[in-house]
Amino acid sequence: MGNALKITGLFKSFKSEFLRKNIEILKGISLSVEEGEIFGYLGPNGAGKTTTLKCILGLIFPDKGEIEILGLPYLSLKAKARIGFLPENPYFYDYLTASEFLRFYCQLHQIKKADIEEKTSTLLSLVGLEKSSSLQLRKFSKGMLQRIGLAQALLNEPELVLLDEPLGGLDPLGRKEIRDIIVRLKEEGKTVFLSSHILQDIEMVCDRVAIIVSGQIINQGRLHDLISQKILFTETTISGIKEEELKKYGECVSSYGGRTLIKITDEKKVEKILELVHTKKAKIHSLVPRTESLEDLFVGTVKQE
Amino acid sequence: MKITAIALNTFKEAIRDRILYLLLFFAVVSLIFSRLLAILAVGDRVKIIMDVGLASLSLFGALMAILMGTSLVFKEIDKKTIYTLLSKPIHRYQFLLGKFFGLILTLLVMLFFMSLIFIVIVLLHSGRIEWGMFAALAFIFLELCLITAVAMFFSCISSPILSSVFSLSFYLIGHLSWGLETLINKIKPGFGKTIVQVLYTLIPDLENFNFKTEIVHHLPVPPQVFLYATIYGIMYTLFVLTAAMLVFRKRDFV
Repeated sequence: MGNALKITGLFKSFKSEFLRKNIEILKGISLSVEEGEIFGYLGPNGAGKTTTLKCILGLIFPDKGEIEILGLPYLSLKAKARIGFLPENPYFYDYLTASEFLRFYCQLHQIKKADIEEKTSTLLSLVGLEKSSSLQLRKFSKGMLQRIGLAQALLNEPELVLLDEPLGGLDPLGRKEIRDIIVRLKEEGKTVFLSSHILQDIEMVCDRVAIIVSGQIINQGRLHDLISQKILFTETTISGIKEEELKKYGECVSSYGGRTLIKITDEKKVEKILELVHTKKAKIHSLVPRTESLEDLFVGTVKQE
Repeated sequence: MKITAIALNTFKEAIRDRILYLLLFFAVVSLIFSRLLAILAVGDRVKIIMDVGLASLSLFGALMAILMGTSLVFKEIDKKTIYTLLSKPIHRYQFLLGKFFGLILTLLVMLFFMSLIFIVIVLLHSGRIEWGMFAALAFIFLELCLITAVAMFFSCISSPILSSVFSLSFYLIGHLSWGLETLINKIKPGFGKTIVQVLYTLIPDLENFNFKTEIVHHLPVPPQVFLYATIYGIMYTLFVLTAAMLVFRKRDFV
């Protein structure tokens, strides 16, 4: 499988406003996104995620480095015709209605006049905005703007979709809907480059991730390879046994209404506590083994840096 | 076509700008004022109406071109709408040309309405249509095209306030540069004369587009003068637009 996006040794610096001091934002970014995968680009605020995206899109010019989109030079119109982009906090022409807005971008993609109407209504219903087609964008909520932004990113049926914080500012239902669309894009064979600082989003949908901190990629690979599958600790909620007695097996996190939540780090003690529950005819309400999460990996890596 | 799509979108944006209507209002007030001025003045009243009217159209048209030309490109950058736009398969020069033609279309519509009022006022007063006015209006429009290009050039390199100051200075200096010509004839050859000559060559002569006096007073204008003014206007506009595109080509949108 080929690369949908390949970045090699990308450097970018800006001059500060007053002293014209050189501030290095990207310090040699290299990554490759395989065709058909969802690639998570993860990093804290100010790490250089949006700067990388702006370089890919030709909004800013890198000092050094190479970028290839679907095997084409990144600034070529052919490459741009095959990508879709949703910016962070989408800013659009607020005097246009939702359908006027999509029609305008259809024209820029040179979509045939006869197909524009159908394309516009299909996309509006895909993002759940069919009832707001004649509403001006200035009357849209943040979530609605995110949806219409996603619609414009998809109108040319792109092979590579670049999303910058696509789930920011959405309610739980909206987040789920957008996540579903992202997964559906993968099922349709499209490649998704998802830049975000919200770890749960990345963990739920991405195949591979790259972690960027202070302009450098410090970890990248398949999620399963990066995150240890070893059980870190087990959390269990028990009732019918006194808290004092349970403390011998692990750390009591909370106790409420006769139920005690206990965190056990030693796996052997989990078996022992199960025996105790059996003997004392007590009750187990939950038993959750916790493996390393992306958050643990992320926090650990950022702290190391 | 991509440039047409951007131009029409720019037109939609510009036409919804309140500043445009404020200027249009003042232009109409000024046209009506020319009628009042004619009543008070001694001499040929039609000539006064035409003189003041054409001057108002030129001034308010220039103000519209400067205010919109300096803000529209900046707004795209400031409001970050340019991010999505330039991620589409378009060249940066197509974006700039789209903006330029959108503004030109807006100015054409505005000039049309202002001219219509002006022609009606002249017609009511004189009882006949002064055909020469159309030539004067055409050259006002050509001047507005050049001012729009200049305003857009400045907005590519600086903030709207500075661009407005620069563009307004360009307009004023452009209309006063004939003073330099007089100076060249008056001073002795030497370093000073060379400096003034260089300045005179660099600074545009917007009086090339001013045929108000000739038309109001029915003075003959040789066709080659019209031709020279047209070529001068088109070439200067193309030169400034090319400079704007070169600056815009390498700009980072942070």
